[in-house]
Amino acid sequence: MSDASSEPVRSIRTPIQLDYLYSAGQASTRFLRGIAQGKLLGQRCPVDGKVYVPSRGACPTHGVPTEGVVELSDKGTVTTFCIVRIPSDNLSIDPPFIAAHILLDGADITFFHVVGQCAPEDARMGMRVQASWIPREKWTTSLMNIEYFQPIDEPDADYDAYKEHL
Amino acid sequence: MAERCAVIGIGQTKHDVKRTDVSMVGLVREAAERALADAELDWKDIDAVVLGKAPDMFEGVMMPELFLADALGGAGKPMLRVHTAGSVGGSTGIVAASLVQAGIHQRVLTVAFEKQSESNAMWALTIRMPFSVAVVAGAGGYFAPLIRAYIRRSGAPEDTGIRVALKDRRNALKNPYAHLQFPDISFEKIAESPMLWDPIRYLETCPSSDGACAMVLAGEKAAAGAPGPPAWVHATEMRSEPTAFAGRDQVNPRAGRDCAAALYRKAGISDPRRELDMAEVYVPFSWFEPMWMENLGFAPEGQGWKMVYEGATALDGDMPINPSGGVLSSNPIGASGLLRFAEAAMQVRGQAGEHQVEGARKALGHAYGGGSQYFSMWIVGSDRP
Amino acid sequence: MRDVAIVSFAQARSRRRDLEHNEVEILMPVVREAMEHSGIEKKDLGFVCSGSSDYLAGQSFAFVMGLDSVGAWPPMCESHVEMDGAWALYEAWVKIQTGQADSALVYGFGKSSMGDLPEVLALQLDPYVATPLWPDAVSLAALQARLCLEQGVLTEREMAEVAARDRRHALANANAQVKGEFDVEKLLAEPTWISPLRRHDCAPISDGAAAVVLAAGDLARGACERPAWIAGIDHRVEPQDLGVRDLTRSVSTELAGRNAGVGRGRVEVAELYGPFTHQEILLERALGLGDDVRVNPSGGALAANPVMAAGLIRLGEAARCIHEGSAGRAVAHATSGPCLQQNLVCVLEGR
Repeated sequence: MSDASSEPVRSIRTPIQLDYLYSAGQASTRFLRGIAQGKLLGQRCPVDGKVYVPSRGACPTHGVPTEGVVELSDKGTVTTFCIVRIPSDNLSIDPPFIAAHILLDGADITFFHVVGQCAPEDARMGMRVQASWIPREKWTTSLMNIEYFQPIDEPDADYDAYKEHL
Repeated sequence: MAERCAVIGIGQTKHDVKRTDVSMVGLVREAAERALADAELDWKDIDAVVLGKAPDMFEGVMMPELFLADALGGAGKPMLRVHTAGSVGGSTGIVAASLVQAGIHQRVLTVAFEKQSESNAMWALTIRMPFSVAVVAGAGGYFAPLIRAYIRRSGAPEDTGIRVALKDRRNALKNPYAHLQFPDISFEKIAESPMLWDPIRYLETCPSSDGACAMVLAGEKAAAGAPGPPAWVHATEMRSEPTAFAGRDQVNPRAGRDCAAALYRKAGISDPRRELDMAEVYVPFSWFEPMWMENLGFAPEGQGWKMVYEGATALDGDMPINPSGGVLSSNPIGASGLLRFAEAAMQVRGQAGEHQVEGARKALGHAYGGGSQYFSMWIVGSDRP
Repeated sequence: MRDVAIVSFAQARSRRRDLEHNEVEILMPVVREAMEHSGIEKKDLGFVCSGSSDYLAGQSFAFVMGLDSVGAWPPMCESHVEMDGAWALYEAWVKIQTGQADSALVYGFGKSSMGDLPEVLALQLDPYVATPLWPDAVSLAALQARLCLEQGVLTEREMAEVAARDRRHALANANAQVKGEFDVEKLLAEPTWISPLRRHDCAPISDGAAAVVLAAGDLARGACERPAWIAGIDHRVEPQDLGVRDLTRSVSTELAGRNAGVGRGRVEVAELYGPFTHQEILLERALGLGDDVRVNPSGGALAANPVMAAGLIRLGEAARCIHEGSAGRAVAHATSGPCLQQNLVCVLEGR
């Protein structure tokens, strides 16, 4: 026949599409409803009083449900960061950008977010930042309501203040 | 109480970016057949099979032990599939060893693999979950901030990572199975390679590889009949901690420190730096070498980078680390941990060819995974414990 | 071999779809209950092992979130299999046999409702030649059922009787999902769904979780009045391809059952993981169970099927009979893969 039929098959493409209905769960739902109103809500571990934000409902060290509602300010500290320079399909923004661990004032764990309005070479550990929100009318139940955290005019946090949150 | 366990056969594939010459089946069999041949055994001599692999979503196969059952000679046998994130290769070896140590089986085949060319690992690692921000760009994006924290804490010179990468890449030239082999590698080439996630450069990063690793683990009776020198398992240990919690130290995780301490205790080792002849350690980004040197207790906290500077971790150093070229040179994710365990065993069997550490009699294999939260380690030796 | 027993068991109520809770929220109270009933403190646990599936959860590393339910601090010796919790129990049993642990927490969890389970399970097949045809799990089971019917191995009536029996048993099980008194004639009058299977022949879709605590020797005796001792446990796998095995019997269950010592004594209770009525019949035969055996007093998988926990639940339910004194010897079974490809059998005894 033709040459093509004598070529060994080296690979095949088999597309897979699966749809999932994802439930955030009670704790995340509370957090997400809060952020839809511009509030950053954390929860406390009843055993050691540590504040978790966003909360997934369990204190990871004690295996007990976190409790209550702690409203946190949208100001915080960059404990550590990296500068992402390679693109990826999954990213919400284009590189180069600063991906940072943000420790909100009053919280005891950090979460990942972007630092904007800051040149990569100016990024530093201990930098004080504040959330820059997208327009209110576009808010949904998502951490993406915060477009980025931007540097604010406060002196850098003391290393000791955040060294346990690296 | 426990039966002694030894490695009597080791096999691995030539790791490469795309092994288009084999399917997943062919890949695992290549490693398994080599391990069986090394042990001079046949498929029917194996009592049980333990398979390890990273997340199913990489290759898009759910529970691959099922479709691979007969390809791995598993029909009519017990078969398990371990999955503990990046440390999976190590955990797989430990589960296999347990089956022997418990006195349940005399010969266990353990295999770990990844066919990354048939997967989209970057996608699978960072699937966009609803309600979340997609900011973490792959594993590097997750670990780079931790490396920055290490640099700050330790005051390590900025080029420490480059030196590690140079050593591992030179070592890889002595390992015929390694994926990345750059004969002209140099400090400058690494330093000038593109910065991916500051401070990690392209040539300081692990590749994405197709590869598999297999070992035959045996009880004392089967080991006595084995053709080559056995690598006796002196100790195994695993520790896990949560991904994120208040006050968590992700740079020098306690789970790693606890795991190593418990491991040394079990193996009767009080001075690991002196009593171990070498170690194969999971270093996917160059900076993890100095970090793990501290976590493993080979160097005091904050001084792991000095071992790199002193050449202590080079092939001719006092604590050679990753003479195989390590994860930086070959990274079939599911297999990478088992490769560390296997390479350590090869060393104490005198099987490591050009990258053999002279006179190695006691070695550490180490794997970690997740957000630096899962640790699996073993110590193997030429002497029966 | 060390004497190891199941000393406690807890499960979530299986639900068709739990939209309010994520996996951690479902699992946490279950783990806590199992731990509390065992009386063994977290700091004294020798080992933790879990079973779960990423493809059920629609994300990689799904098992990582499960660990939050345990509170793994200080760091714990912990592992995971991407398999039903029954195999996690096996791994934990092995760990205790090595002497490296005296107790273990085992758990399994999953929300099958999130995706289309029968389709998701098609991914368990050969990715090159089988999966691209998307043979869903129900269709594969139907192929097997037709083979069994045409070879006279079993009848539709027998299948309907299994469905009726299991769901009647489930009336006494607060955690079961599908329960009731069903009339066999009415069931047989229903149209087939995926022929020859009718809806009642198939396990439901369930969200759920389960946890078990294992302990050795005196620790077990101190933890529980009547420990359910593991007298034998074994598991075997068959080749996957449907064309190379005899689908009218479960050879690996026969083998695992023999190795686990099912025949060494009288079986009073059997909890069998048969997601389809015809498979439950094949399993009963593979284990040589007579008419005097109480099969699936919990209702089995046909009453609740939280995949990744359902096998562990069989072990837990069988253990519960021993704990309560309603049986002295029980058999528990778990399955994985298409058409009973892989099977685990465990013999539990009260002494």
